[in-house]
Amino acid sequence: MAKDIKEIREKGAEYFFLLCSLVSIGAVLLICYFIFAGAYPALRDIGAWAFLTGDLWKPTDHPPSFGIFNMIAGSIYVTAGACIFGVPVGVFAAVYMAKYCPRKIYPVASQLVSLLAGIPSIIYGFFGMMMIVPFIQENFSGNGNSVLAASIVLGVMILPTVIKVSEVSIRAVPKSYFEGALALGATKEQSIFFVGIPAAKSGILAGVILGIGRAIGETMAVVMVAGNSNILPESIFKSVRTLTANIVLEMGYAAGPHYDAIVATGAVLFVFILMLNIVLNIINKGAQTSGGLS
Amino acid sequence: MLKAPKPLKIRVEDMNLYYDSFQALINVNLDVLTNEITAFIGPSGCGKSTLLKSLNRMNDLIESCRITGKITYDGEDIYGKMNVSELRKRVGMVFQKPNPFPMSVYDNIAYGPRTHGIKKKKVLDQIVEESLQNAAIWDELKDRLKKSALAISGGQQQRLCIARALAIKPEVILLDEPTSALDPISTTKIEDLLAELKDRYTIVIVTHNMGQAARISDKTAFFLHGEIVEFGRTMEIFSKPKDKKTEDYITGRFG
Amino acid sequence: MIGQIKMFSMKNVASVTLRSLVYVAMGLTAISLLGILSYILFNGVKAFKWSLIFGKFSSANPSMSFSIVTTCVMILLTLLIAVPISIFCAVYLTEYAKRKNIFVNWIRLATETLAGIPSIVFGLFGAIFFGTVMGFGYSILTGCLTVAIMLLPVIIRQTEEAVKSVPDMYREGSYGLGASKLRTVFRIVLPSAMPGILSAVILSMGRIIGETAALIFTLGTVAQLPGGLLDSSRTLAVHMYISTRDGGAAGREVAFLTGAVLIVVILCMNIGASYIGGKVGKDFEN
Repeated sequence: MAKDIKEIREKGAEYFFLLCSLVSIGAVLLICYFIFAGAYPALRDIGAWAFLTGDLWKPTDHPPSFGIFNMIAGSIYVTAGACIFGVPVGVFAAVYMAKYCPRKIYPVASQLVSLLAGIPSIIYGFFGMMMIVPFIQENFSGNGNSVLAASIVLGVMILPTVIKVSEVSIRAVPKSYFEGALALGATKEQSIFFVGIPAAKSGILAGVILGIGRAIGETMAVVMVAGNSNILPESIFKSVRTLTANIVLEMGYAAGPHYDAIVATGAVLFVFILMLNIVLNIINKGAQTSGGLS
Repeated sequence: MLKAPKPLKIRVEDMNLYYDSFQALINVNLDVLTNEITAFIGPSGCGKSTLLKSLNRMNDLIESCRITGKITYDGEDIYGKMNVSELRKRVGMVFQKPNPFPMSVYDNIAYGPRTHGIKKKKVLDQIVEESLQNAAIWDELKDRLKKSALAISGGQQQRLCIARALAIKPEVILLDEPTSALDPISTTKIEDLLAELKDRYTIVIVTHNMGQAARISDKTAFFLHGEIVEFGRTMEIFSKPKDKKTEDYITGRFG
Repeated sequence: MIGQIKMFSMKNVASVTLRSLVYVAMGLTAISLLGILSYILFNGVKAFKWSLIFGKFSSANPSMSFSIVTTCVMILLTLLIAVPISIFCAVYLTEYAKRKNIFVNWIRLATETLAGIPSIVFGLFGAIFFGTVMGFGYSILTGCLTVAIMLLPVIIRQTEEAVKSVPDMYREGSYGLGASKLRTVFRIVLPSAMPGILSAVILSMGRIIGETAALIFTLGTVAQLPGGLLDSSRTLAVHMYISTRDGGAAGREVAFLTGAVLIVVILCMNIGASYIGGKVGKDFEN
């Protein structure tokens, strides 16, 4: 009898643990359902194509217009800008972490990178608003709230992601690769940049994709420095509105079709993220089969 | 001067063991008698540890493992209706690398009894002292019962692990190369301890060290490629092996 | 002499350039961090007033006192939901799931997907599902549930790693004494993995403290001390955002001070987490 109770308890615990594990799956399904179901009325009434390609967003006009093309473009602009700033710096810093950092400094440097990841986005945004925006205003044209400001802030924000993932993949390159290059008379730099980095490229690419995901989904930091006007920016000094900014700015008072259109904006963002996830999976799979990163 | 044969403790009959498609044990037959030390010798990967682990079903932890044949313990099929926890309570195990849990010396010893439902502090205190004394390590550790078991030396850790196995009052103790990670002095201590424990327990030991098998065991089984090549009294195996392969191995020609 | 000649070769020019770029990149990274930290901290100290931290909130004194309470409540409740679920999930994945378990791949896909979803989408979902469908409105409860889901992948992944790093010989020792799987998990595996789990928990506290986008439309933005689970309020980060957005010059001051508090807390947490996390490896070395 006692044995039975014990066995029931063991089995019960296993099922309970399984249940807890299924929470993540449930959450993803719920998120997908409610975001896409919430977006459906808007897409049905406006038309998916008109919604995606329309460049008029006048939710309170009669009749209202809901087109998010400018915001899609805006999200892509600032993300591209973030990559221009963040990726080169991130990859080079990763090389430092993996190949140049003295043992004694490493814990400090690594702590520094994690801290960069740990700073809340609201702080990045606030810093950008107080320092970067005025700087651009004074030295270039416009009022400072701009594609450029958002790109710089996001560029810094994706640094830790790019650095960490790239560092791991550079470290995963077998020592013999570098030694082989050194033995042929290459300098340390040549061995790293012409042998190590090409060997680690899929890992670095994965880091960049993760960084893109972070940049495109970032909300608070962007909304505080981008200006948020709903126009297609003609230069990097002009104001820009991203998909995320559109949600956070209008969700609070939106109602009816406007609300549906906001949810649909979230759905579009979600689709972007899902596509990035798929790309990431393909890259990781490729790296696995070619015997690189796991 | 014929002594009555000792009673049978464990019998392995026509046993085969597979990891996925790889066969690790081939048609093994073996009897372990009560209050004897049985040694398993043979080169690495010959299946001796695998068989040892089958004797208290530690192989259950390996998902790909599949067994045919029969192992009986006091006549009862251990892969049949017998409760695994009950089996392991009766067949204790000591591992190759000393593996005290990251907790105090006291809690290490008390872990087994607590597992089997003993909660009373007084009883536990007594078991801890008894087990440590039986493992001949009480004097060294009695003042450090509350200290972390990871802080004592490797040799002490292994004797602690033996004490931990003794604490559940087993009938059989399985030892998987218990001295391979230890220095010669600690090894001697453990060998002396095993010789002492033999009167009260049945011991099965896997060892790489042929001197050790010769010194302490009553029976020896020589394994090669998953088969038992020769099994018999240790004296006979080491003085006049029947099989050429056994002779080659014990004289150090391979392995 | 040879060295000098070599110094002028193209090969070396490229190498020196690359090497300098490596140092410049790391320097820029460090400067960005230190610049932001010191700027916020410096101005935070300048704006420091006891009344802004502990005083009662009013339009004249937009103090953060109530949001300190809210932040603590949010941390506690969110962890209470997220931590057990995540630990049990990690235990299932590492200790229970067999090789060909059909769920494992789906669970991994789900946690990876969750990890990539932006906070604002979580906020949107939380507002729709917990806020509207479940009827919790703008409230502590809605906020906690939303952020708890965001934390799942973080805690699951780190707990999994911590559990995996527990040497198998501990498990063998426990099973060898006749212990059941459940006992082995709770008495041996989880205690041994505790430093790693703790560091994951501390890092998640940092995430909760810093979260804004997911909270604006779930926890809401009402400036009040929450009286119950169904009340709206602001965490420090939300307070900082609203103060910046609506508070004019005085709001900026509050934002600086709140930002400084956030940074100090997060600094402590990061350092604490890596200190505790660093102990894991050392314990297992012998």
